[in-house]
Amino acid sequence: MPKYMLLLYADQPDEAEVQRREAAFPRWVELTQSLDEAGIRVAGDRLADVDVATTLRVRDGETEIVDGPFATTKEILGGYYILECGDLDEALKWAARAPIAEWGSVEVRPIVENPLDPANRPAAAQQAG
Amino acid sequence: MTEAGGGRRAGAVDPVAALARAFREERAGVLATLIRHVGDFQLAEDAVQDAFMAAVTAWERDGVPANPGGWLMVTARRRAIDRLRRERSVSDRVERLAELVRIDSQEHEMEDEDSAIEDDRLRLIFTCCHPALELPARVALTLRTLGGLGTREIARAFLVSEPTMGKRLVRAKRKIAEARIPYRVPPDEELPDRLRGVLSVVYLIFNEGYSAAEGDLLVRGELCSEAIRLGRLLCRLMPDDPEVLGLTALMLLHDARRGARVDPQGRYTPLDEQDRSLWDQGRIHEGTRMLERALRMRRPGKYQLQAAIAALHLEAPDADRTDWRQIALLYEALGRLSPSPVVEVNRAVAVGFADGPEAGLELLAPQLGDPRLEHYQPLHAAHAELLRRAGDAAEADRAYVRAIELSANSVERAELERRLEALRGGGARRRLG
Repeated sequence: MPKYMLLLYADQPDEAEVQRREAAFPRWVELTQSLDEAGIRVAGDRLADVDVATTLRVRDGETEIVDGPFATTKEILGGYYILECGDLDEALKWAARAPIAEWGSVEVRPIVENPLDPANRPAAAQQAG
Repeated sequence: MTEAGGGRRAGAVDPVAALARAFREERAGVLATLIRHVGDFQLAEDAVQDAFMAAVTAWERDGVPANPGGWLMVTARRRAIDRLRRERSVSDRVERLAELVRIDSQEHEMEDEDSAIEDDRLRLIFTCCHPALELPARVALTLRTLGGLGTREIARAFLVSEPTMGKRLVRAKRKIAEARIPYRVPPDEELPDRLRGVLSVVYLIFNEGYSAAEGDLLVRGELCSEAIRLGRLLCRLMPDDPEVLGLTALMLLHDARRGARVDPQGRYTPLDEQDRSLWDQGRIHEGTRMLERALRMRRPGKYQLQAAIAALHLEAPDADRTDWRQIALLYEALGRLSPSPVVEVNRAVAVGFADGPEAGLELLAPQLGDPRLEHYQPLHAAHAELLRRAGDAAEADRAYVRAIELSANSVERAELERRLEALRGGGARRRLG
């Protein structure tokens, strides 16, 4: 079964906006429950605020550690889901149910299947259903 | 690849003509079905290409088969099997091969049902027009797979280089495969939305051919024909949708005037000065009947309204006897259904004819105050016309100059310059609508 990552992006909210977003919390819980009932959620988490991010690079053997995100952008990655879906339309339908789509955006990216992973061999896939 | 697709009537049909006809009429159907069988756009396209290449020699040698579409289907499927055996990189290769071989062994009886091929074509349209593809890619892919247009022709029509267009097509096909854009007609709850998307792609193809004056006229005419062909196909596949009929009627009615819109010197001829004997009566008749069928379903939509407006223009014996009041009402309804400045400008023009230029100018006032429309050329062109007819030569002069500055289209600019010149010279040389 193909996997998709739903990357949940939004800009930094002001105070009034924080309240509105917090009000959507029950809908997040409901979405996660629905995904689990459908048996398609592989993973999914909310990320801590971007101001506690640390970025690391190795250049010419030198490790460089920087306080902060990889890139400073207006829209920040705030969480993700990994879902098993039959096709893009199914993934998009779930993406539309994420509350963040109403003030931010959801990027839907197919996950590349690793043919060496035993879970992706045809026989194993058939067994898994 | 010798025995495929039934009997022969050797020598009875000219193979070159038969091949050209098969390319026009059968290619999309064969491709659509093969895509469903192999699950891969690129592989299916290559195999169909192989089949046509094979037909060049086989039909010349053995005569044209009785069922060219069936012959091409079987040949393309076998070429796809050959390609799959060689290409180890395709995912689910083993399963796909097994499925293809199974279909091939069952022979073609079950496969050449026309309805199955029609369903496949509908799937193909919805996949090519999927909103997850960028709009130019949707347009190009639709023309490439459903129409018979080659990459070079599409590139020429859209004024980009052939490699650019090629890359666009490759990227779209790769996205369909990697992101798994489904190959199916959307379920009922998504259908209205997605169908609107399909119709707008078809109309965009038509307009690209109809309105722009740059580029190769021949290729542009082909875009109009392709869009109408797609519209007719959709009418056949979805006969109960009034907007599908409405759009096709609209394209037919516009296209009826194509020959009269440009004079032999390549100059644009406005509607009121066109030679009405050049209008294509066959298209007008077909478009009008289609529109009537749509209107009887009593579910109005923007394409039906626009087609009704086009029909009123065509029905009038001349420009002065056009039912402008009715046209103004239709624009009003259109503005309620899908509000846009374009519609408002057109409504003001219609009202200007129905109730006099002052009434038109009054309707135009809010648009003229809208800073977003400052660079909208048709607004200034319409403003100039209304001012001229209201007798305000000085203001009309300024509006013409502004419209000419904003005009990106040489034919249109020449027409505006002619009108401005006529205004400055007293306007007596040619009657202006």
